[in-house]
Amino acid sequence: MVVGWEECSVDNPVIVANHLAKIYKMGKVEVHALVDVSLQINRGEVVSIMGPSGSGKSTLMNILGCLDLPSKGEYMLDGEMVSTLNDDQLASIRNRKVGFVFQSFNLLTRSTALVNVELPLRYAGISSGRKIIAQEALEAVGLGPRIHHKPSELSGGQQQRVAIARALVNKPAILMADEPTGNLDSKVGQEIMDLLLNLNKESGTTLIIVTHDPEISAQTQRVIKLRDGLVENNS
Amino acid sequence: MNFGQSLLEALESLNANKLRSSLTMLGIVIGVGAVIAMLSIGAGAQSTITGSIQDIGSNLIFVSSQRSDAVRNPKPLTIEDAQAIADPLQAPSVDQVAPTIQGKIELSFGGESVTTSVTGVTANYSQVNNETLYEGDFITVEQNYERASVVILGPTTAEDLFGYIDGVVGQTIRLDGQPFRVIGILDSKGGGSFGNQDDRALVPLSTAQMRLIHRSPSNRVDSLTIQAVNSESVINASDEITQILQTRHRTAVGADDFSIFTQQAILDIATTITGVFTVFLGGVAAISLLVGGIGIMNIMLVSVTERTREIGLRKALGGRKRDITIQFLTESSLLSLFGGLIGIFLGWLISLIVGEIAAASGTPFTPVVGLDSILLATLFSTAVGLFFGIYPATRAANLEPVEALRSE
Repeated sequence: MVVGWEECSVDNPVIVANHLAKIYKMGKVEVHALVDVSLQINRGEVVSIMGPSGSGKSTLMNILGCLDLPSKGEYMLDGEMVSTLNDDQLASIRNRKVGFVFQSFNLLTRSTALVNVELPLRYAGISSGRKIIAQEALEAVGLGPRIHHKPSELSGGQQQRVAIARALVNKPAILMADEPTGNLDSKVGQEIMDLLLNLNKESGTTLIIVTHDPEISAQTQRVIKLRDGLVENNS
Repeated sequence: MNFGQSLLEALESLNANKLRSSLTMLGIVIGVGAVIAMLSIGAGAQSTITGSIQDIGSNLIFVSSQRSDAVRNPKPLTIEDAQAIADPLQAPSVDQVAPTIQGKIELSFGGESVTTSVTGVTANYSQVNNETLYEGDFITVEQNYERASVVILGPTTAEDLFGYIDGVVGQTIRLDGQPFRVIGILDSKGGGSFGNQDDRALVPLSTAQMRLIHRSPSNRVDSLTIQAVNSESVINASDEITQILQTRHRTAVGADDFSIFTQQAILDIATTITGVFTVFLGGVAAISLLVGGIGIMNIMLVSVTERTREIGLRKALGGRKRDITIQFLTESSLLSLFGGLIGIFLGWLISLIVGEIAAASGTPFTPVVGLDSILLATLFSTAVGLFFGIYPATRAANLEPVEALRSE
């Protein structure tokens, strides 16, 4: 089946989602966060997901990032059928195929930048050369001299760079950024955007940015607009 | 993640919350400390008690009369019983028999008077019981024969009566108003587990029988202290004694009107009693260890709640359930392990202090911190940490990454 999917895809898609739905049960009330979403994202594409709050864009991001499973529908990430995996297999997929960048950075405050970037390597079971790989990732985002600083000793922009290095250190298939510039001023935010776009250009990592900032989405190749759990446009 | 990294990470996290970590550890410290101290004090008491029983002599058998409903017509032990047992033809395993009578008698000298345990003894009593004299001579066969009014005092008794013990020999004191000449002072045996062995007085058996304790012409004695030929023949000797007494008292089988105690039996009883005490004290201490464990669980649960977001992040980065569980279990086990180590030191310190206090108050008593109690405490405290860490760790591992990441 996996082979079949790849054969029928002309554009080498990294994400194929068919009729995704997500229903939350809150007591007796069912909330349809996603109603019916089908989309395809190609390898190396830069896509932004937009929509007002409550449109289901966080839910979609969680499912695409393998943090959550859809209630209905099929989702294939980089050739692997995700919708049928168990918790540990999902953890492994997240570790190998997905890099996350969050609005609030989400760094371990007690640990240095280097240790933060090492963390995905540890969970991947890499035992030797982790420091060198982590250091290279930090140098790639322009933080070479600050690898031994703790998050509290870094500016917001620098912290987000650490987060990006951490997201990329396992060379994932996709990079999911949830409002990556939301906590930064516009100048630093633009620097982070430039960095993300550059990384996409150099390494070909698929970039998915969830945002409600039109200036950010204007810099992406494609915008997926969500409303009420449905895709409004899928250009 | 391998073990070393989990350890380092756990240490880092415990270090970040120094005050909380040390307060959590305190519960385990106190618990383990109490367990160690109680076990060592119990072991020390046991060795002191068994030691003082062994001091009595290793080949002794004690016979006393025993009233029991099963015996229709109990007969007391008599001098004749003692003589029969002393007969080498009837009881080849018996070396010596020392019959005794005991009573509480008031001793007085000048204005002082003390009431103490007075024992009527025969001349071989000193040999059988390993008694040595500080001053003077022991009661002789002749003195027993002529019911002499002589007394031997324990050092404490002499001290209480006279205020000193040197030169007491030759003085005349009164026992129940009758004049007795002091002919000797016993060597100090120290405070034993069965009362102070230095506070007593010895008189000739015949004197005690006729004038002091029984005051009637009777052959009755209270107990027989019998020395076997050697410690291996103790069992044979007690069989022989049983047969002789059963024949002489004409008791039915299984309805003896006397009881035989070997020193081994007394040792066994003492060991059982101190053992029960140790288990009891250790059990009470173990409860505090349990409370310490619950403290760990409490703090780990708080820690899980506080670090929900961190757990979510770790899961997003690829941490599996197992990784999260190990992380939290390592923290709780480390807490209890360190607590246990400090507790061992504390317990050792407590038992040392208890030993010093005991020595200062005149009871030589050495608490023994055994390797077994250290091992037990370490294992138990780590197990407590693991056990009480399981619930918080599972709770952390089962958090949904989406919800964990959303929490503030």
